[in-house]
Amino acid sequence: MTAGEIAAAPAQERIDQLERRVAELESRSPQGASNKATIVVLSGDMEKVMSAYIIATGAASMGMDVTLFFTFWGLGALKKQRSLKGKSLLQSMMTLMTPAGVRSLGTSKFNFGGLGPVMFGAMMRHSNVASLEEIAAVARDLGVREVACTMTMEVMGVSKDELLPSVEFGGVGLFVGEAADSKIQLYI
Amino acid sequence: MQVPETVDEVLDASGLQCPLPLAKTAKALNGLAAGNVLKVIATDEGSVLDFRSWAQGSGKCELLAQEISAGSDGKKRYIHYLKRT
Repeated sequence: MTAGEIAAAPAQERIDQLERRVAELESRSPQGASNKATIVVLSGDMEKVMSAYIIATGAASMGMDVTLFFTFWGLGALKKQRSLKGKSLLQSMMTLMTPAGVRSLGTSKFNFGGLGPVMFGAMMRHSNVASLEEIAAVARDLGVREVACTMTMEVMGVSKDELLPSVEFGGVGLFVGEAADSKIQLYI
Repeated sequence: MQVPETVDEVLDASGLQCPLPLAKTAKALNGLAAGNVLKVIATDEGSVLDFRSWAQGSGKCELLAQEISAGSDGKKRYIHYLKRT
């Protein structure tokens, strides 16, 4: 229905048509982006990974398609275990010195050699805030995609069998493709 | 905003913190037919503004009303009525 056709119709019909047209225009995003959110998780700090999962959960609950793209230190959040199989000496050292999973992430401040996260965990439980592990599980349940950056996996010696089974693998092409079509793009 | 007379489903999100009330509400709404009303009970004060923006953005529901009442434990209850669209 064009504006010219609407102008020629009787009043009530014109109102109905205009309402439909407004609804249709409102459903379109001004940037032409889809209802998607794409978040880079570069940090492996507990509170930053937690905010990424909280935003992802909020966006997914609103019906958005959410992709979390994990790279560099963020990869530690996707681990289910450590494995040194087939790794070089440096890669093995890196594996042993970096966290293996959301439960062993450190905080960016007050880490105190790992005591900080224990303190944060106790304070979060006291305030009845869900743990990072629980929030990540809710995010997955709502369909949030977790993608591991294969280039940084290679550099840091992260093998596929160390990561959670739900993890997908991709590179900058996937990120840019998704981000260009997203209403929300964040870098954490 | 007027509190609806009939409610089809009640979700008790008392004690839950952000983002869990929203996540649970999204799940509950998915199980409702269009036109049905969901009542969400929360203890998080932030849920008042959260549900206003969230309902607008979700495109799946309409926020009919919000009210505050005192729970039996003395804590405030923030109640949200959402209609599945």
